[in-house]
Formats: sequence, C-alpha cells, structure tokens
Amino acid sequence: MNGDEEKMTVIVQTIAALLFPITLIFSFYVIMHGHLTPGGGFQGGAIGASAIVLLIVAYGVRNIEKRMKEENLSIFESLGGLIFVVVSIFGIFLATAFLANFLVGKAIFGQIPAWGEAPLNSGGVLPILNIAVGMKVIGGLSAVVMLLALITKEGER
Amino acid sequence: MKKIAFIVFFAFLLFASIEMREFGKPPSSVKEVFPNANYDVTMDDRIIGKYNASAEKWEYGAVEETGANNVVTSVVFDYRGYDTLGEATVLFTAIAGVMLLFGRERK
Repeated sequence: MNGDEEKMTVIVQTIAALLFPITLIFSFYVIMHGHLTPGGGFQGGAIGASAIVLLIVAYGVRNIEKRMKEENLSIFESLGGLIFVVVSIFGIFLATAFLANFLVGKAIFGQIPAWGEAPLNSGGVLPILNIAVGMKVIGGLSAVVMLLALITKEGER
Repeated sequence: MKKIAFIVFFAFLLFASIEMREFGKPPSSVKEVFPNANYDVTMDDRIIGKYNASAEKWEYGAVEETGANNVVTSVVFDYRGYDTLGEATVLFTAIAGVMLLFGRERK
C-alpha cells in the first residue's frame, strides 16, 4: 500500500491545509499568553496536536509520517521535558529552591504588570515553563495518535 | 462501642458545621484565618494581590510574587510547580509506554 488509498477527498484536504496554519498559530498564541489569559501549555499543546491530527486524518498517516517522523516528535517532546527540568534546577542555583521563580524583576520576563496592564514580558519563568509543557504536549499527543493510526492501518492490510 | 464512636464523631461534625462561616461568604480579613499575620487585608487581596494606587505597585499577592497576571497559571506553574512536573511525567510515561508497545523496529 503506497498511501494513496487512505487519502480523503480534495475538498477535505484543501480545508485541512487551510485550517492547519490557523490552528497552529492559535495554539502558539494560547501557549505564549499562558500567563496572561486563560489557557496555558497543556491547553495550547492539545490545540496544536489537534492541528497535526487534522493533517493525519485528511492526508493519510503514511504521507504525513514521511514528512514528520515520530522519532522527531518524540525528540521534540523530550526536549520540552528537559527544558522544564533544567529551568527548575536553575531555580536552586539562582534563587532559593527547586522551581523558584528566579526571573521576577530581571530584564527577561521580569516585569511586574501595573493595574489593568498585561505585558507579554512578565511572569518570570512561567512563560518558559508554559512553552516547555506546550512542546511536550504537542509532540507527545501527535506522536501517540500517529503511532496508533499506523498500527491500525497495518492491521487492515 | 460503635454507637459511642458514632456519637462522638457526629458531635464533632455538628460543632464543625456550627462553627463554619456562612456559605459563600469569604473571610473578611486575613486575621480571621491567620491570627498571627502582621498585616490586615482581605483574603482576596492576600491571594490575588492588593494594588497600591499611590505607590503604583502590587502588595502581598500572587501578582507581586510571580509577576503573572493570570493567578491560575501562577498557581499551576509556580506555587504548585511540583504537581505540574508530575503531570508532565505522567504524560511522558504514557507516551513512552505507547512507543514501547506500538513503535516499530529501527534498523
């Protein structure tokens, strides 16, 4: 099976290709604004994973898997976990304890918002941890869906 | 014996429910909950923070301590950061399990 038979129709493919960047940008927005608006790493990561799942559904698992290997997704996920732990450990050396918020008051992400303001450059380590968890969830959920879909297609053969 | 235990436990429950504050009414001051606190603000101000308009800065609360507007995020990633780390570990373990079960052989 070369993967052509599991594609959906051209209409579905076009709509999926249109929706994919929009969904991905919305996911990055939710992750980046995790310390300002409702949402955060987990929620934005789930949105981003659903964008990749949309591509998998429309174009077929095999065609997506050629471009986007599940090893790479797994590496992306592990990188997110590594960033989380390393930033947490930096809290021991640069501040008081594990997971301490050592960036408050510094130049990067250190601004404390005034009344009614929501600057992106605030929150200390929270934006970094949000990005790490977002990477983790995007990579992990899409890798799981891709693997399960591959197994299902192999069973049909 | 069981009846005595039941009566004692029920009495505790009854006294506890009498001592409870009115449903839905937050404590009006920190001193009501923490009698040794050396400042006197409302409980909401203690948690979210109190904005000092004249000095233009936040006092006491999560916004001042973490610098994040979203107090829920500051709880999830800062005050209860270990919980989030554990949650991420659960996700990692689940994905590692799926990879072990369904991943194909590498050449």
